[in-house]
Amino acid sequence: MRQDITIEKTACYHCGDSCITHEYVVEEKSFCCHGCKIVFEILSASKMDNYYSYNDHPGATRARTDKRFEYLNSPEISSELIDYTDSQVTIVTFFIPHIHCSSCLWLLEQLNKMNPAVHYCRVDFLKKQLNIRFDHQQLSLRQIVEILYDIGYEPLISLQDVIKKQNRTTKDNLVQKIAVAGFCFGNVMLLSFPEYFGISAYEATFKHFFGWLNVLFSLPVVFYSGRGYFVAAWQNLKKKLFGIDFPLALGIAVLFIRTAVEVATQAGAGFADTLCGLVFFLLVGKFVQQKTYHHISFDRDYRSFFPVAVYVIIDDITKAIPLAQLQTGNRMLIRHNEIIPADAILLNGEALIDFSFVTGESVPVKKTLGEVVYAGGRQTGGAIELEVIKPVYQSYLTQLWNNEAFTRQNDNGKQTFNERVSKYFTIVLLAIAFGSLLFWLPTDLRRGFAAFTAVLIVACPCALALSTPFTMSAALSIFDRNFFYLKNVAVVEQMAAIDTIVFDKTGTITTGNTNEIKMEAVLSAKEQQLIYSACINSTHPISRMICQYLGNQNRLSIARYSEVPNLGILATIAGHRVRVGSYKLVLGYKEIDAKASRAYLMIDNEALGFFEFSHRYREGMENLTVLHPTYKTFLLSGDQDHEREQLGHFFKETPDMHFNQSPQQKLDFVQALQRQGRRVIMMGDGLNDAGALKQSDLGIAITDDVNNFSPGSDAIMDGRSFSKLPAFLRFSKDTVKIVHFSFFISLTYNIIGLSYAVTGMLSPLTAAVLMPLSTATIISFTSLATHFAAKRRALI
Amino acid sequence: MNIIYFLIGCSVLLALIFLAAFFWAQRSGQNDDLYTPSMRILLDDEPESPEEK
Repeated sequence: MRQDITIEKTACYHCGDSCITHEYVVEEKSFCCHGCKIVFEILSASKMDNYYSYNDHPGATRARTDKRFEYLNSPEISSELIDYTDSQVTIVTFFIPHIHCSSCLWLLEQLNKMNPAVHYCRVDFLKKQLNIRFDHQQLSLRQIVEILYDIGYEPLISLQDVIKKQNRTTKDNLVQKIAVAGFCFGNVMLLSFPEYFGISAYEATFKHFFGWLNVLFSLPVVFYSGRGYFVAAWQNLKKKLFGIDFPLALGIAVLFIRTAVEVATQAGAGFADTLCGLVFFLLVGKFVQQKTYHHISFDRDYRSFFPVAVYVIIDDITKAIPLAQLQTGNRMLIRHNEIIPADAILLNGEALIDFSFVTGESVPVKKTLGEVVYAGGRQTGGAIELEVIKPVYQSYLTQLWNNEAFTRQNDNGKQTFNERVSKYFTIVLLAIAFGSLLFWLPTDLRRGFAAFTAVLIVACPCALALSTPFTMSAALSIFDRNFFYLKNVAVVEQMAAIDTIVFDKTGTITTGNTNEIKMEAVLSAKEQQLIYSACINSTHPISRMICQYLGNQNRLSIARYSEVPNLGILATIAGHRVRVGSYKLVLGYKEIDAKASRAYLMIDNEALGFFEFSHRYREGMENLTVLHPTYKTFLLSGDQDHEREQLGHFFKETPDMHFNQSPQQKLDFVQALQRQGRRVIMMGDGLNDAGALKQSDLGIAITDDVNNFSPGSDAIMDGRSFSKLPAFLRFSKDTVKIVHFSFFISLTYNIIGLSYAVTGMLSPLTAAVLMPLSTATIISFTSLATHFAAKRRALI
Repeated sequence: MNIIYFLIGCSVLLALIFLAAFFWAQRSGQNDDLYTPSMRILLDDEPESPEEK
């Protein structure tokens, strides 16, 4: 029954999508849609077509061209977005997800060629941000956004301005602290060299001078660079916790005091070199740990999914108001492709609502007048009017965020290895220090104090404090290379402790919107042309897929055309009556057994067959069975269960698959697993999984484009690397083993150092050699071991 | 050997100047974006004379 069609496809000159019509051709360049053609025309009119010479198909597809930015005229909204304004200029920063190549950079920095009122624009490529300085007397914020939109770079404007928040938090001066510590470390090392090689009695005055200079250099290291450790140790002590900060702060303090005392009493050279080196290495470790992804946000909630403003109709006048001001009883106007931000009653218009992001169900739902429409759906028909019945934060969808999972502290009960170990470490350390003090005290007071301080200096857990950050950040960059982005280094350890994995279906184990299309019909070239000509008029996703499948055809003129919402198309083309759509529309009676969605075809009362659409599973689904003995897997789906059989291959037992789950049920299911003592990974993609993602021990959001909206989670995975999930899990276990092993290495160094220290005869030189040596060993061991582990798991 | 006092004074002063320069660069945001300039340099300045890749 199957038949292959020779498909000739041309890629759109602007965005690279395949063209399904010959309609849009300018200067021998084909475009997939009107929007792409317009962008090209605007750019070539302003002599900017160099844009296309740097890269092939640099643009974003412009199939949807119905955005409206009137709301930016409202001062209360625009003032939220602007960074700075005075009587002359305004500065604004936009987040533009489409920035991805040198053409983007080139074009966006030429904005002043298109409009002279733009004084200055600068792109930050990694953060995908555009900073614009413009004259607001000649150009409004809305016009700027419209220009950007016209050239295909729509800024992402959302209520929850993640970018500004991120910029604010990264403004700590760790780099400056490292610079100061490094500067002092270098100078102190230089001044300590004469001491290492021995100073003759004749040069004793220098020794004094060097000593005092060293103390001077230690001052900024302790009180500026090392201040954070004292603060952290004090806060932990108040909470009665012995974190790793406590022995570190103690070490720094003892080093400084002993150095100052030795220099002042001329008893010795002190440990200024060890002190500066310690603080410097610790800060570098801290810096390595702070890896941030500027272009990815892990903390998104429903607010970044919802629009910034809503259009409400008050006394027959349409007005844009900020979402926060939307009240019960307001009559709002939702246009094509806009999201309904609050539960509301449909008052006017044809509502055909796509709830795919909320429920996972991909087929749009038709609503009748007077029916309640829940928030989160996207209108796919014409404009509709609705009356708000519940405030935004109380809607069916957003209620999920009132659950306790979102208010509780995220990190309780998830102690890292470091935290668990450092508690015992501190106790043992203090015991040894006081033990050696008491041992020497009766015989030699001086030696007693020397031993006491030496123990605290030598056992200062520098290498221990560095092993986790260096291993985990190396692991993070391995994951990052495989398109798996973790929120922070602690997530790797949580991943190693997992024993249960829960999957969402739609969008998680099936790919986002692309369905598999199969033609079960034999069509002549003429019939193909007829069906193509009927479907090309419709914007319904199924019609578009049929057109894509049939490829480039000549379009025939249509005598009569009507589209029945949710059912299909009726058309008369070149004297033939064409019907494409559901069984009921085409064949007249209801389908008995529908396993998958189909579009039936009929030309002149002759049934020709159908197109079948089924979800396509992500590549590497078969890899999931590898997980089975070690991990228990579950499936939670918001969908109907018509794929139960196919999924049976991947999930061992039927009770492991749950269908028709509401967002709240998903959250409860994860919670129930946790009550059984399981450590759960939740993998999901939509707002409907947001609760379960938050509740789980490790929430992984799966997405096909990391810049798109993904709900709040601990990690974001690109759909392409889904098949590597078992490797990721094994690798996370390897890294934890590496951390454990490096802990033993650092313990060995500590024991060697301690054997000197307890005698009270620790020379500054030994301390100065031991500390950097242990640090270097740990850093090189962890980076090499991580590299080999990644290679073994085929991740690099 | 008293010249050592002078030499050390000079070297510390010089190092302090470099440290101050680094602080200034950090404050004025020169290190905020270390990636984009490397791409910008590959682009032609004059869009009037389009050059094929």
